[in-house]
Order: sequence, then C-alpha cells, then structure tokens
Amino acid sequence: MASLHAMLIYTLKRLLYVTPVVIGVSIICFLLVHIAPGDPLSAVLPADATQELVDQMRAAYGFDKPLPVQYALWFWKVLHGDLGTSIATGRSVASEVMRAVGNTLILATVATVIGFTFGTFFGFVAGYFRGSPLDKVASLVSVLGVSVPHYWLGMVLVIIFSVELNWLPPTGAGPDGSAAWRPDAEHLRYIILPAITMSVIPMGVIARTVRALVADILDQEFVHALRAKGLREFGVFRHVVTNAAPTALAVMGLQLGYLLGGSILVETVFSWPGTGFLLNAAIFQRDLPLLQGTILVLALFFVALNLTVDVVQTGLDPRIKRT
Amino acid sequence: MAAITDIGLDVPRLPAPRVGRGYWAGVGRRLLRDPVAVAAAIVILAIVLAAVFAPWVAPADPYRASMLRRLRPVGDALYPLGSDELGRDMLSRIIYGGRLSLLMGLLPVAFAFIAGSTIGILAGFVGGRVNTAIMRTVDVFFAFPSVLLAIALSGALGAGIINAIASLTVVFTPQVTRIAESVTTQIRTRDYVEAARASGAGPLAIIRVHVLGNVLGPIFVYATSLISVSMILASGLSFLGLGSKPPEPEWGLMLNTLRTAIYVQPMVAALPGVMIFITSISFNLLSDGLRSAMEVK
Repeated sequence: MASLHAMLIYTLKRLLYVTPVVIGVSIICFLLVHIAPGDPLSAVLPADATQELVDQMRAAYGFDKPLPVQYALWFWKVLHGDLGTSIATGRSVASEVMRAVGNTLILATVATVIGFTFGTFFGFVAGYFRGSPLDKVASLVSVLGVSVPHYWLGMVLVIIFSVELNWLPPTGAGPDGSAAWRPDAEHLRYIILPAITMSVIPMGVIARTVRALVADILDQEFVHALRAKGLREFGVFRHVVTNAAPTALAVMGLQLGYLLGGSILVETVFSWPGTGFLLNAAIFQRDLPLLQGTILVLALFFVALNLTVDVVQTGLDPRIKRT
Repeated sequence: MAAITDIGLDVPRLPAPRVGRGYWAGVGRRLLRDPVAVAAAIVILAIVLAAVFAPWVAPADPYRASMLRRLRPVGDALYPLGSDELGRDMLSRIIYGGRLSLLMGLLPVAFAFIAGSTIGILAGFVGGRVNTAIMRTVDVFFAFPSVLLAIALSGALGAGIINAIASLTVVFTPQVTRIAESVTTQIRTRDYVEAARASGAGPLAIIRVHVLGNVLGPIFVYATSLISVSMILASGLSFLGLGSKPPEPEWGLMLNTLRTAIYVQPMVAALPGVMIFITSISFNLLSDGLRSAMEVK
C-alpha cells in the first residue's frame, strides 16, 4: 500500500485532470437540446401560438440569449442540482432521474456480479489450460458474449422462461407494477431475467481479459521459480489470483459503468423502471430536458466511476506508477 | 583448419530465398489458413450477396401483406420461415432486411475510419498543442458509454436512418482517432522517419510514404473490430424505433414489431435477432482472424 500522502496527491491530480472532461460532458449534454431539429419550445407551445407568446416563452426559458450565456446559466443551475423541468410530467428532472437511477444501479450491479463471477471462471479456465478443448469452449463463450445482441437475448429468455415454461415474470420490477425494486423473494424473481441478459456482455469482456492476464502471468519467470521451488499448484494459483486481481477488478468497475449507460435496450425489453426506461419515454415524448438531464447524470456517474476505479487500482497495485 | 573448410563445403546449398511476395499477400495467405476466419468470411459473403441480389433471391415481395395469413409458423407450406404480424413473408423480409441492417452497421464504421484516421494521424504527426486539443476533446467523448452516446444523439436528432448513421459515426470516430493517434505517435519517433526528414523529405512525403504505410493496417484492424458493435447498436436503434421506419424490412425493427408475437409465434419473433447475432459474431471472428494474420497486437 502506498503512503497515504502520495495517494492523496495522486487523487487530487486525477480530480484536476477530470474537471475539463466534466465540463466537456456538460457542453455536449447542453448542446443535445440544440442539435434537435425544430424549435425546442414546440413541445410546450400550442401549434397556433401567437408570435408574442412565442417570444414571451422564449425569454422565459432563456432561449433569446446567446448560446454561451445560455450554457453558463444552465450550468450554474446544474451545479445547484437543478436539471430543469420535465415537459411531459411537469415534475423536476432531478427527482425523476434520481428515482430511476436507483433501479438501474441495482440491475447493473447484479448483472456485473453475475458477469464477473462467470467471466473470471471461464477466463481462468481458458488461461490455465491454454490450447486445450476447455480453452476453446471458454473462448467461444466469451466471443458469443460480446457478439450477442442483448435485446434479442432478453426476448429469447422471456420466450423460454416466461412464455414456454412460465417460471419467471416477463416484465416489470415487481408484482402489481411496483416502481421500486426491493430485496425480497417476490421482487427477486423479477430481476433474474434482465440481470442475466445484461450480464452477458461483461461476462464476455471479463473472460477475455482474465484469459489474457492469466496466460501472461503463467509465462512469467517468477511462476517458474515458484514451481521449481516445489510450491504446490494451489500455491501457484494463489499467486496468479493476486497478480490478476487488480486489473480484473478494474475491468469489472468499468463494465458496471458501461451497463449503467447501456441499460436502455434491456430495460425497454423488460419494462424495467430505470433510467433506460426514462430515456425511452423522454425520446418519444420529445421531452428534451428529461433526455438531457438523464444523459448528464449517467455520463457523470460513468466519469466518477472511472476516476474511482483508477484511484483504487493505483492504491491496490504497487506496480502502477503514480504520475 | 582444413577439416572445417571441408565441412563448410559439404553443407548442402540452401535454396535461394524466395522474393518476398509483399505484406498483404502474406496476410491473405495466413488468413486463408485460418478455418474459423474463412468460415466467418463465407457467412458474411453469403449474407451480403443475398442482400445485394435480394430481388432475385427472395421468394416473395417483402412488403406484400396478407390479413388472412398472419403469423404463420416456421415451416409453413407457403412461408418457409413463417409470416410476420401483417402476414408478410419472413424469409423475404430477412433477406431484404440485410440491406438496411448491413448498411446501417457498416457505414458508420467506414465513415469513422476515414474521419478518425485523418484526425488521429494529424494529431499524432503534428504533436504539441494541436495534439493536446484534439486528444482532450476525444477524452470527453470517452466519458460516455457508447450505447448511451448513440441513443442520446439519435434521440435528440430524431428517428431516421441518416440520423442513426450520423450518431453512430460520432460514437466511433473518437475511438478510431485514439488508436490512430497512438500508432502515429509511435511511428513518428522511429529512426527511418528521422532519416527521411534529415534527407530533406517534406511532411507530406513522410506522411504518405512512411506514416500511412505503417499505421493504416493497425487502424483498419481496429475498425473491423467495431463492425460487430456497430451492427448490434444500429439494429438496437431501430429496435427502439430510432432507426429505420415501418414498413421497411430491417432486422432490429422487425424484432421490435414482432415483440408482441412472442406468445403466438416465438420462433418467428426471434428470427431477425438470429440474423443480427450471426452477422455480428461472423464479423467478430473475421476481425480476430485478420488481427492475428496481420500480427497486430
């Protein structure tokens, strides 16, 4: 473990580096509303609005000011936790997003844990027995994992386990269409199919990474030295695990971030009440403030997660130089 | 001493080294020896040819609906792969569907390859502030998971094939740029580039002769590895209703409109996804084969 002082300095440096990225992300999210075709006000105004009313609304929303000024005003509000008001529901975007983010986080976390468990298993088997039929099978599983259109896989799982076997519910997060997932037996049945569907991509990615890592570590001289010293295979295995763990965990953290942002397709298939579902609604109701707010929150989550993974990995792994 | 000379004379003469047949010929030869890559290439070729020659290959009109013959099962006498929710022939729609699905999956990668290599090579070759400005901008795009960025852009732009292709191009360009920049930066400091510069070659000549020849291969391999993701995302956008519009046959859209049919004809409903899966996995395997044939790490 590195000295606390050095870690602190490294963390501050990373924070400093990430600030322009955060500003860039906010600019892209801000511009989303402006690349949209047509007047951003067309969704709130009646079709026969008078020019006077249009001008009034334009001023009220601040659309009459130059773009950089609009951005500064918007960013200032965002810094205070104000993401605007949803056009469709009239509620604050921040509260809508926060409600949905919890559900997405639960789903993505469960999916990552499943994907990580199976991914490391397949990866270890493939890396340990490189070139064997076991390796071929494990590699095939990982290629399948990264190639499958997961929205289709979701449909297939629904067909098998809900339509044909009638074992699990096809959609929703809980009985009687409950909007929040709770960790009890009844709700657990609802999360199984979407979580398995979502876990396939991280499983493939993690299996690939771990296979390469393990194969690489087994080739190193210290492993030969350990074996020459007479260490049992289990002891060697422990060394391989400790060497592979920091990278594998870092990949897992990043995959969680990808799932948080990429859940929209799976959430749509299963009507899971998370951010993906919210995005879907925002897109089809042309609710641009909601779209903008949800994307911003998810992207910032992703940036924060990247930063955390980076700092934690550096803290755990003494081989990484802090620069 | 004499003995050694004698032995030297006894050594059978090795055949003269064959003249190199060029790098690409070697890549092609290695690729042809890889059975998995060859199989993947054949599958892709079959799907592409079927899509291009769809009017001759497809047994029926993909748009002709029949209210009386809706949702027929796979293996029906009239419909070999069943019929969809409007009674259209699934086999014909899947064959025609390849046109849009392939176009929407391949074009973004092609555009991103052109734009990303140009920007990345420029950044890598010029270096300095230009490099910093370009690469920091690229970092911002990396702060979005690809699926999220694709959906954000096409969601804001609105549904449509062109918008979907444009969104995916924006998603993939920064990724290609990053690879192009890193390989160009490596090449730029090589001795032969220094030698060329010292002997008076201009920047354009160096880029054309020394840089392009060495960086386009790795960038190309990387771009091919994006095709599978691009196919899945493009069909995914259509699946969400953000890509192609009905009644166009397109695999993602077909999957979407058939979602309600999973209780009646589950096999038929899952078919378009099988096509996306087969295409995506074939592109992945071919790209992997190309990577090892070109010995790119």
